[in-house]
Amino acid sequence: MTGPLLEVRGLRKSFPGVCALDGVELSIQAGEIVGLLGENGAGKSTLVKILAGVHRADAGEIVFHGRHGRCAGFASIQDAQAAGLTLIFQELNNCRNLSPLDNLFLGREIRRPRSPFLDYRAMRARATELFEDLGIHVDLDVDLNRLSIAVQQMIEIAKALLTDVKLLVMDEPTSSLTDKETDRLFKAIRELKQRGTAVIFISHKLGEVFAITERIVVLRDGRNAGEIDSRTGTMAELITAMVGRELAASAPRRPTEIGPEILRVEGLSGPPHVEDVSFTLHQGEILGLAGLIGAGRTETARLLIGAERRTRGRVLLDGKELEIKSPRDAVAHGIAYVPEDRKVQALILAMSVRENLTLAIHRSLRWLRIFLSRRKEAAITDSYIAELRIKVSSREQVVNHLSGGNQQKVVLARWLATRPRILILDEPTRGIDVAVKAEVHRIISELAAQGVAILLISSELPEILALSSRVLVMDSGRVKRVLERGDATQETIMSAALLASQAAPSLG
Amino acid sequence: MDNEVDRRRGGPRAAARAALGHTIRRRESAILLALFVIMAVIGSVEPNFVTGSNLYLVSRQISFVAIVALGELFVILHGGIDLSVGSIMALAGMVAGFCMKADVPPALAVALGTSAGLAMGAVNGALISFARIAPFIVTLGMLSFASGVVLGLTKGWPITEIPPSFLPVAQGAFLGLPIPVWITLAMAVVAHVVLTATAFGRRIYAIGGNEQATFLSGIDVRRIKFGLYLISAGCASIAGIVLVARFNSAQADTGKGWELDAIAAVVIGGASLSGGSGSVLGVLIGACIMGVIKNGLVLMRVSSYWQTAIIGVIIVLAVVLDRARRRGPG
Repeated sequence: MTGPLLEVRGLRKSFPGVCALDGVELSIQAGEIVGLLGENGAGKSTLVKILAGVHRADAGEIVFHGRHGRCAGFASIQDAQAAGLTLIFQELNNCRNLSPLDNLFLGREIRRPRSPFLDYRAMRARATELFEDLGIHVDLDVDLNRLSIAVQQMIEIAKALLTDVKLLVMDEPTSSLTDKETDRLFKAIRELKQRGTAVIFISHKLGEVFAITERIVVLRDGRNAGEIDSRTGTMAELITAMVGRELAASAPRRPTEIGPEILRVEGLSGPPHVEDVSFTLHQGEILGLAGLIGAGRTETARLLIGAERRTRGRVLLDGKELEIKSPRDAVAHGIAYVPEDRKVQALILAMSVRENLTLAIHRSLRWLRIFLSRRKEAAITDSYIAELRIKVSSREQVVNHLSGGNQQKVVLARWLATRPRILILDEPTRGIDVAVKAEVHRIISELAAQGVAILLISSELPEILALSSRVLVMDSGRVKRVLERGDATQETIMSAALLASQAAPSLG
Repeated sequence: MDNEVDRRRGGPRAAARAALGHTIRRRESAILLALFVIMAVIGSVEPNFVTGSNLYLVSRQISFVAIVALGELFVILHGGIDLSVGSIMALAGMVAGFCMKADVPPALAVALGTSAGLAMGAVNGALISFARIAPFIVTLGMLSFASGVVLGLTKGWPITEIPPSFLPVAQGAFLGLPIPVWITLAMAVVAHVVLTATAFGRRIYAIGGNEQATFLSGIDVRRIKFGLYLISAGCASIAGIVLVARFNSAQADTGKGWELDAIAAVVIGGASLSGGSGSVLGVLIGACIMGVIKNGLVLMRVSSYWQTAIIGVIIVLAVVLDRARRRGPG
């Protein structure tokens, strides 16, 4: 084929109150892997959603595979897919109650000739073949919600391969994957390239983008902000293009005094698979909790705050054993948990910044014991908006309309407002852009400096390494190693995390 | 956005202007307008509609549904549903009527009747919040159970001989408005304050918006849910007991089908059945729209069989229009 596979010219799109895209250009060749980067709100998601037929552009031109779409692009996702352009959403769209097999063929079921009945044998054969091509083993018959996000992601890719896909767009595919899982994904992406499929890869993990892509297109404020060759370009160039200014490399942790032990966890066990987890946490300490997805880190946190009932083990605060039966007890004891999935587990999307921010501190805002003081709510909200530099049009703005980074700040503010002594952060920078990420890191360091004890769960090793004074490595629900700051490196952490996993190479 | 800035600066006139703008933009104003249009249409076709005596009767009729709907609102806000309100009305009315007939002082009889209703609400609440059974199932069972108890105990016969001193509760008037209307307004004010100004109210909306997030924020979700089914049963009980005064007897089939009218009023009033949105004002307007249309159809001599069909169309139409409006600009 001559000419580019995809040619986008002068694309514009406005939403009420925001100009999301302001004349974006993009050109992609067949079999090319292109990174699409930019801060949150730069227009990446809008661009790919227009390409995939989710939104219609206001102006501009999209030519795909020689087909002159009207200026607005494809009319629907089905249209785009039929033409060979598939978008894998950041939030995976699948039916969690159905099996991988059913999900794979949803909408493209193979029927027996001239009958309405499904041909399971044919579908099974095709699925097995597909997953063999991708080099992974997937149990086709379990419920999808029992599989890891990584496997679900692979199923999405396999789904795209079922169609004659020419351009695959992946929005933050690795945000919840561990390094090992990411490697598998990259292998699959390179496999796609061999078949001549082009891939647009969106990610906030800059190292990965350099590793997998051939060139990187940067957007800023809805416009093209430069293009970087992945082989010759540098991280610094990329960041400068994204934020439009020089950014200090992620702030190293200020050395702080680590105080006395305040939390001691002994032999914590409980559902679904946490076994005998013990550790201590000191005042002003940041304890990193590393491990692969499914290693039991989030589950440990949930047991600690009483979201799940522990079957064994003790939790001691200042040497006194705590009875924590629900998150309510945890909050009362000054233990705060910022969950990993802010939209599902933390935010009430239809509520305002104020209402979300004050959700955990109603007790201190009451007058006459039952009424909430709007004045106090407003004062607290405004102080955190200023302190954490949350970008909102007003404290009454509905959080659904905020960018990921600002949403995360609202969640952080909710918990900081409870004045916690112990703060558990679960993937605090997932899916937020570099500038806000640096801010969040700064906030975490400052909190530790103020004496808050922090348990930091993260799948990003650089984040763990930059912030933690000690690192706990978990695997299969158990603590495998405790590494002191000096001993913790990407290699030591990964080898500890992988020791047991090597026995079971399948991703499930 | 300018309004917001003004409001934060605190200029009183700016604040008033912002508040006015806020009121006009509220979703309730659209259905209030719809109510006025409906009333104007009915009034022009059937002049009898706007006579004082008719409006008096209509307002009283609406107030009974509105009381039940207020309780239903609390349950719907958290994302649940209460199908048993009609049966609980009958049970509470029957207990109160039975006590009065046995010469228990009316005030105590009302308390006993309400307690009977609350007990049913407690069963609903316990099964839903602690045993985690779906609200639809639990309250469907209660709908059948409570009405069966009433029919079994009374064998279908009404309880009469209600003491005359109790009848003004439904049949009396104060300042030209029927007493049940005053009861409704008083309950509505309390409900509105609870929902908008208290931590409890905020938490109900929070649970409806995202239950998991509310739980992880250290809020006792189960206790709140339990309370909501008590509130719903309490409101239904009051409506059932006031209806005893209205009919001068406790009827075994009181409240039959009222759960649907109550849910319809809440939904027409703009609440989402998935929880998290809805208001007291909306419920009151929703109940008025239902009551006015029913009355208009009676005045226009539409057969009662056709009336239910028309009400069905109105319920669905109201929700369709609300969706369209929300998807539209703003």
